[in-house]
Amino acid sequence: MKSICLYFQIHQPFRLRTYRFFDIGHKHDYFDDYANRFLMQQVAEKSYLPANKLLLDMIRKHGNKFRVSFSISGTALEQFEMYAPEVLKSFQKLAQTGCVEFLAETYSHTLASLKSPEEFARQVKKHAARIKELFGQEPKAFRNTELVYSDDIGNLVYDLGYRTMITEGAKHVLGWKSPNFLYCSASNPKLKLLMRNFQMSDDLAFRFSEQRWSEWPLTADKFVGWINGMKENEEVVNIFLTYETIGEYQWAETGIFDFLKAFTKKVIEEARHQFRTVTEVSDSLQPVSGLHVPYPISWADEERDLTAWLGNELQKEAFDKLFQMEEKVRNCSDSQLEREWEKLQNSDHFNFMSTKWFSDGMVFRTVNPFNSPYDAFINYMNVLSDLSIRVGKACTGQEPVPKTATKKARPAAKVLTAKDKPIKTTRSTKTAAAKTKDKAK
Amino acid sequence: MKALMFGWEFPPHISGGLGTACYGLTKALMKHDVEIIFVVPKAYGDEETESIRLVNASDVVIDIKDELFREMISKLSYLEIDSTLIPYADDEEYFRITEQLSKGVKAEQLSIKTHKYSFKGGYGKNLMEEVKRYALVGAEVARQQEFDIIHSHDWLTYMAGAEAKRISGKPLVVHMHATEFDRSGESVNQLVYDIEKAGMEAADIVVAVSNLTRNVVINRYGIPPEKVITVHNGVEPANTNRFVDDQKKVDEKIVTFLGRITFQKGPEYFIEAAYKVLKRDPNVRFVMAGSGDLLPKMIRRVASLGIADKFHFTGFLKGDDVDKMFGMSDVYVMPSVSEPFGISPLEAMRSNVPVIISKQSGVAEVLKYAIKIDFWDIDAMADAIYGLLHYNSLPEMFKEYGKEEVESIKWDQAGKKVKDIYESLLS
Repeated sequence: MKSICLYFQIHQPFRLRTYRFFDIGHKHDYFDDYANRFLMQQVAEKSYLPANKLLLDMIRKHGNKFRVSFSISGTALEQFEMYAPEVLKSFQKLAQTGCVEFLAETYSHTLASLKSPEEFARQVKKHAARIKELFGQEPKAFRNTELVYSDDIGNLVYDLGYRTMITEGAKHVLGWKSPNFLYCSASNPKLKLLMRNFQMSDDLAFRFSEQRWSEWPLTADKFVGWINGMKENEEVVNIFLTYETIGEYQWAETGIFDFLKAFTKKVIEEARHQFRTVTEVSDSLQPVSGLHVPYPISWADEERDLTAWLGNELQKEAFDKLFQMEEKVRNCSDSQLEREWEKLQNSDHFNFMSTKWFSDGMVFRTVNPFNSPYDAFINYMNVLSDLSIRVGKACTGQEPVPKTATKKARPAAKVLTAKDKPIKTTRSTKTAAAKTKDKAK
Repeated sequence: MKALMFGWEFPPHISGGLGTACYGLTKALMKHDVEIIFVVPKAYGDEETESIRLVNASDVVIDIKDELFREMISKLSYLEIDSTLIPYADDEEYFRITEQLSKGVKAEQLSIKTHKYSFKGGYGKNLMEEVKRYALVGAEVARQQEFDIIHSHDWLTYMAGAEAKRISGKPLVVHMHATEFDRSGESVNQLVYDIEKAGMEAADIVVAVSNLTRNVVINRYGIPPEKVITVHNGVEPANTNRFVDDQKKVDEKIVTFLGRITFQKGPEYFIEAAYKVLKRDPNVRFVMAGSGDLLPKMIRRVASLGIADKFHFTGFLKGDDVDKMFGMSDVYVMPSVSEPFGISPLEAMRSNVPVIISKQSGVAEVLKYAIKIDFWDIDAMADAIYGLLHYNSLPEMFKEYGKEEVESIKWDQAGKKVKDIYESLLS
């Protein structure tokens, strides 16, 4: 008997409006409310609402046998409240069934785990509190933004009290090992790891409606057949998807809803396998081995690394400049400014600056409002310049020079410029953060 | 395979992008084993002079002592037709040139600046007569020579190409380097338009230098889409002798416009964007290099905006001065309203200058390391200028990869594509 672990990610960023340099210093509305509302309502209608209804129906029909896990970013939750409250209600209904687990993650879908352990911790706590408040659950398992994981990040997560984490079953980490077992962190064996089975997951996420795919059309029988055909001793099948796969990336017309329904029914009726949430998998299985992950991995692209967000010079400059403001933002204790700084950490902003599509035609993970990575970068930097001025003012009470914008040397970026190498910043930022602490003392 | 090509200029005598393009394409085709008979009107009478180094408008230096060039010339049948046909010359220009020529001025000392012509005056009529005479010559050449295919470059040679096709029955390819809409905006010269249309209708295949031009050919001339194929231009490898650095003598950053100051090039949008940037950041200087009919109007606009202390006009720049200008520049802007291809941003990139180009240019279709804006969107243009001047990783990225990108846009690929077109017509 294998465990089938269905996990869905729900996230929507606050997309930036077109913010010109001449707005710097006097206009402080950064976000495209219209687009954010429109896109949220659209995805709610096409995906979240019908998919939630389907899951609820299946839970009612199959009782406790159907289990599913979610993680919902704080920015998505905020947008539910602002633009689509009925979505939030439907998730709350799901929560009440007791068959649904909500995972912890960062509040604003940030990559802070690579840069600032302090900010990371702050956001994880903020998110957990919000989940508790809305769904009455204290999250027990953790998923990081974009499934980014490394040994160092594992340690951070463990220190925050989590004993289970999910990440990508990246080939270069697993090697000959199968993702269909429970693992643990080699540097901290108490932290258990669920590895995404990207083959099975991407069959749904990317290939489901691809008519040139040799397995098209994918039926529930076929999919369950593949699981049945796995080695006898394999224990878990981790199908981790973005929730928009159901209904938006794969339209209703592709049959994705019917597939999900039929798949669930078949698994439960055959009773050869059982659905389990992330924490249930972690509690019921023993880790078979420790995994070393010295360089951060993610679930993006072929490389499963960070290059979709921090691959080029633009992304690195923007990311560095963003976190150079951290101490000031912290010190000025203006909650409005802090919330905006938080929203600017959204990984999507950096994804929009990616130049990877030049070579491999990568797919953006959310609707990209920009024509080019350069537009995205300039726009983001304009916003950051304005926020920097506001933070400076709030800190000192006087008009500062927007230094971040004009400074030529970028020593901080040096660490990141080693091309093609995954970026390992956690350790160095740890010391930086420690220094900051000392200063504060 | 042998092609009969009608051009109007060929190195060493090139006045514009067309000559450069013909040179690059011919060279590439010969590399792909296509023999070429190149027919040009002979306007200058000094082609025997060998040791000329001639700098063309887009500043590609072609040394005719260069071995490759010599080797090419040796394989190339080069026919010169006695004619005073001069491309891109308007009344005044045409008059000035013919007069100077008649006084014995050497051709390479002439500069032909404008791309406009009109047929209002008597000289324009001469130009039209030349076009017709060239067509007759085309027929004659077709009678005498052996070849498999005919290839005509731009409208002046279309009649010649069509005549050659009529006589020989061989397939005709016409090459659209620029359309009348690019040259004249909406006030097209009907005669020229008619010749272009008739030439393309007579042709078996129309080659367009960009998808932008292809769309114009289809939508404005009514040519069936299946007959029109885009072949992007290539770029000649950089001349290594050029030096471009250390030219800057002012502290401020410099943003440059370089080109003819005509409607087609969109100079007024550059000025409006400059005004927006200067309002926020006074530490920038703007330069408009070039001359043209809109120059006086542009100077007045700059004065009325009160930015003349930061906005400079250089007049027409040639040769080394162009290199120097690029050497001083931090950003190059090409806000063209309509640009079939547009080689100058490539020149800028080769000199390590980040570029902003209009989406209404053919070159935008082949460049990745450039910011693309709509020519009319002065907010976006200003924002891109500001971004390149203030957020360092962007210009650094453009410098690092731009040069490489330009060097990858090779004539060889264009030559291969044109040869494929020939083969499809002959099979």
